[in-house]
Amino acid sequence: MDDQTKRKNWMGLLAKSAPPTMEELCAPLSATHSFDWLRQPETGGVMVRGRTGGTGSAFNMGEVTVTRCSLRLKCGAVGHAYVQGRDKAHATQAALVDALMQTAQAEHVEQDILQPLRQQRMQQQAAIQGRANATKVDFFTMVRGDD
Amino acid sequence: MYVAVKGGEKAIDAAHDWLAEVRRGDPAVAELSLAQIREQMSLAVDRVMSEGSLHDPDLAALAIKQSRGDLIEAIFLIRAYRTTLPRFGASHPIKTDTMQCQRRVSATFKDVPGGQILGPTFDYTHRLLDFKLAAEGAVPDAPVEDDPDLLAERKPHVMGFLNKDSLIETAEPDDETPPDLTRAPMELPANRALRLQNLTRADEGFLLGLAYSTQRGYARNHAFVGELRIGKVAVEMDIPELGFAVEIGEITVTECETVNQFKGSKTEPPQFTRGYGLVFGQCERKAISMALVDRALRWKELGEDNAGAPAQDEEFVLSHSDNIQATGFLEHIKLPHYVDFQSELELIRSIRAAANAAQQDTKITAE
Repeated sequence: MDDQTKRKNWMGLLAKSAPPTMEELCAPLSATHSFDWLRQPETGGVMVRGRTGGTGSAFNMGEVTVTRCSLRLKCGAVGHAYVQGRDKAHATQAALVDALMQTAQAEHVEQDILQPLRQQRMQQQAAIQGRANATKVDFFTMVRGDD
Repeated sequence: MYVAVKGGEKAIDAAHDWLAEVRRGDPAVAELSLAQIREQMSLAVDRVMSEGSLHDPDLAALAIKQSRGDLIEAIFLIRAYRTTLPRFGASHPIKTDTMQCQRRVSATFKDVPGGQILGPTFDYTHRLLDFKLAAEGAVPDAPVEDDPDLLAERKPHVMGFLNKDSLIETAEPDDETPPDLTRAPMELPANRALRLQNLTRADEGFLLGLAYSTQRGYARNHAFVGELRIGKVAVEMDIPELGFAVEIGEITVTECETVNQFKGSKTEPPQFTRGYGLVFGQCERKAISMALVDRALRWKELGEDNAGAPAQDEEFVLSHSDNIQATGFLEHIKLPHYVDFQSELELIRSIRAAANAAQQDTKITAE
């Protein structure tokens, strides 16, 4: 996996994680790392698009709230975040993790934050999938007898 | 003409305070939290997000609380808030074929690859009041079937199977930037992208009524639900700072594709045609209605006859589908119109006076 794909993956994971979980896992980081803002957290909207018939031309569905920010660590690493919702702490934590993943501490961050987030995400997906499987239905058509 | 009125501040303040008190209801009853609304009134939250045109469950819950459960008022609050947000950009079109489905049914194909999943549906319930809910009680755990093989199973769009045999019209992608009615006033005639944007934020009741009218024969198009799916999809967007796209979140959407009978026209061969519905949240009735109305509005591009039915009339449908526009205009007539009405009064009086005078004249002449 190249660096860009890796970064894409962790940024996506951070954006899709729930703010309380991020808070819990990232609290030690926020306390120990200082940074300068390149862009203070701000909330805005992103227009979500769909495709006609699922596969055709694009159309605008409606917006989703998104919070973004950018920061620079003392070592010079720059972190960006675009996360769903209006939680500025969530965006800050995501940008901090993004920056740290580009430093020598990447391994620790991967282990202490990204892996638990990935784990939790898989559990949530499995929980939905398990319930969905239980409601899987086999319809059958009755043959009408002639006699 | 609306002429501004002054005064009434004291009464208005008092009315708003009373509203706050009534909103709270009996203080002896525990207050609703936003989390309770978000989690336990989730379909109301979904409707407010879809018609408010802004996906944010917490804000929708706040709007429902503030509006005392008046969903159109809540939608109004969300629309007003939406206009204050800077626009960061637009997402890539969501890939609904990669959805993690919590529900996926097809009324046309029994053995659809990926399976039929009922999900948490009201279908097949008896619609009898459940008095157990009136008493507080534990909810039984939903059964779980762990099957690692199914976890990775893709659920391709049902329409793809019909496409293979050319029995149904295709929907090919293009690179065009879709028009946005929140940025430029809607112009008619509208292309399908603009119509779909209008329909996805349209009032559910209005669309339901129109869709039902097509089923009853006003521009009947014989719709089957080819596929209905509900679940989470990732929202991906190009990040200007990075130069590549990143997933910025995940939203629940409802997608409905209808298969419609079509005997062919001067321009199109006999084949199945399609209607499409895509809505924020779990809004199944709305998504099906949207697909039916979308199909009815396509009569021109398919070379069908105009039956003169309301659901085919683009100007009628698109101009009256927005419940915020509608309620704004409708409800403004209860606000002070004293000057307006005064002039009407004067007018009626003068017409009556003239009519009376004319009557008198005729009487005198007759005598």
